Amino acid sequence: MKHRTFFWFFLPTGFAMFLFIALPIVSVVTQSLFAPHEAVFVEVENCGPFGCTTETTIDQDATRAVRDANPIGRFVGLDIYLDRGHLAINEVREAWATSENWGQFRNALGNLPFYRAMAFTLTYTFFVTPALILLGLLIALAVNAVTQRLKGLVIFFSLLPFTVTPLIGSLVLFWMIDSRGILGNVVSYLAGDPDLSIKASTPLMWAAIIIWGIWHSAPFAFVVFYAGLQTLPKDQLEAAQIDGASRFQQVRFVIIPHLMPLVTFVALIMLMDNFRVFEPIVGFSASAHATSLSWIIFNDMGGETRQLSAAAATSVLTIIGVAFLLSPVLVRTWRDFKVKS
Amino acid sequence: MASKAQNMPLGLKIATYSFVAIWVIMAAFPFLWTAWGSFKVELDFFSISNWTNAITGERTQLTHGSRFTGAGYEGAWVQEEFWRATINTSIICVFVVCTSLTLGTLGGYALSRSGFRYTFWLLIIALIFRALPPITLVAGYMLPFFEWNVWGILPTAIIVLVAMNQPFTLWMLHSFFQNIPKELDESAKVDGCTQFQAFRFVIVPVMWPGVITTGLFSFLLAYNDFAVTSMLLSESNRTMVPAIAAFLGTTYTEGQVMFAVAAVVSATAPLFVLVLIFQRQIVSGLTAGAVKG
Repeated sequence: MKHRTFFWFFLPTGFAMFLFIALPIVSVVTQSLFAPHEAVFVEVENCGPFGCTTETTIDQDATRAVRDANPIGRFVGLDIYLDRGHLAINEVREAWATSENWGQFRNALGNLPFYRAMAFTLTYTFFVTPALILLGLLIALAVNAVTQRLKGLVIFFSLLPFTVTPLIGSLVLFWMIDSRGILGNVVSYLAGDPDLSIKASTPLMWAAIIIWGIWHSAPFAFVVFYAGLQTLPKDQLEAAQIDGASRFQQVRFVIIPHLMPLVTFVALIMLMDNFRVFEPIVGFSASAHATSLSWIIFNDMGGETRQLSAAAATSVLTIIGVAFLLSPVLVRTWRDFKVKS
Repeated sequence: MASKAQNMPLGLKIATYSFVAIWVIMAAFPFLWTAWGSFKVELDFFSISNWTNAITGERTQLTHGSRFTGAGYEGAWVQEEFWRATINTSIICVFVVCTSLTLGTLGGYALSRSGFRYTFWLLIIALIFRALPPITLVAGYMLPFFEWNVWGILPTAIIVLVAMNQPFTLWMLHSFFQNIPKELDESAKVDGCTQFQAFRFVIVPVMWPGVITTGLFSFLLAYNDFAVTSMLLSESNRTMVPAIAAFLGTTYTEGQVMFAVAAVVSATAPLFVLVLIFQRQIVSGLTAGAVKG
């Protein structure tokens, strides 16, 4: 295909991505360097029968004029990144100086919103990803062994948690683990504590969101692995059997190596997706116990105040996090590409 | 498969079947339970006295004289005007799917037919874009959209969703087009077609399976989106998912939770039908990327 033809074919999609993905990244970075204008204060002298008093009030008109003249705000450099809501350099330094042991330092970090969100986001990502791969693999192996007639039905039901809207899926589960819901009742019965409330406990809430994550994404892993199992060469398994491999050894030394490229694929996709965990925190109304980076951005942007600069700074930090997660893939792809060319 | 040596011992067979059964229950039960409960009153679905009330519907019987009630649905659809959100969602889904498929097929076709090095880099850039959480980009839209006065309306949300969908659509259609033999359009070009004519008359007739599969995922993305639509749409233009979230925010009072439950069931039903009809396409779509890459 000629360069010219390629250009015209690719133009619409390239333009859309440039305008609404590439430029917004620039916009986010710019925004994060500017803070909203401060209000303009005026001193008004009120003279009454008992002498004069000066009052400081906000000059609404002047404030609006400044804001309209330069809507992006005033340039503050990296200040927003370093403030208490983000990297909180001063607070971290102080905590480092004053705490006597790791536990204290960790607690101090836990009170800072960014580090709190980071802790949950990373815990979620690195718990859910391996767990969903394992569960997906087990389901794939099991479904592959049941009779043909059941398979379609099982796949149909398995797809539900994955295709249903994440927010809706988390609400459905949230209502069930409500202390008056069916799972909440089961849990408090098992724990032997009738007053147990999952909503009120931070560790239980983390566990609930992590379980939701596994439930939501395991079907994806299952479907991919199941497709991989269909391409498994029969003679390899038979050869392993003749060599006396037990069923477990067949899985360990024949099936898993065969599926390994798919495992890497699922792991990469899921690391990216789990890092953006957001909907379950809204669905479970869990923000008192667990927050994530995406949730902070959402929370800053929403409501009446719309703290765009704060949201933008968190966005940039999140993008940097994604870049870290993605870098091994990119390096590998680049190496493959260099080998090929 | 039927080799005798592969037959499972009875114990393992039982274990396998029960594991599959447990998984199916885990996957399906929450939805069935919520669908069942949506026809009850709140005191049954969230029963303080006895959880079996949710099954038998004691309180529902007392309040409405029947074991089932449509009160939640009436409240959501009539009183809270959930139908508006449904219409908005339909508009957004139709336009997002059509536009992103049009852009995506052209781009994906070009990427699959051009052997130059920059196609590789374009695909990598698309992969990076795919990895960005949508909400991080939303922060960049807000100020310009406010300035240009386009915040809050459906077309804005549609364009943004189309753009965010492009990386994934490109990857998927690129791999589908690579499976269509190049000889097809090359022979058309030998017969005197331009590249576009070759695409229009030779490739378009055979591309539909791939396009339908990709369209399904575009649809799911638009339908399931919460981050973009809740931030970029004004209250009157809300789609279903932000509307459900808003139910919880403002109306967490007695009885009204059931509105949200009914709305959730209403929003899940189309997806249920979708999976039922397009199960094969969804599975092939999920595996297309994996088997290739």
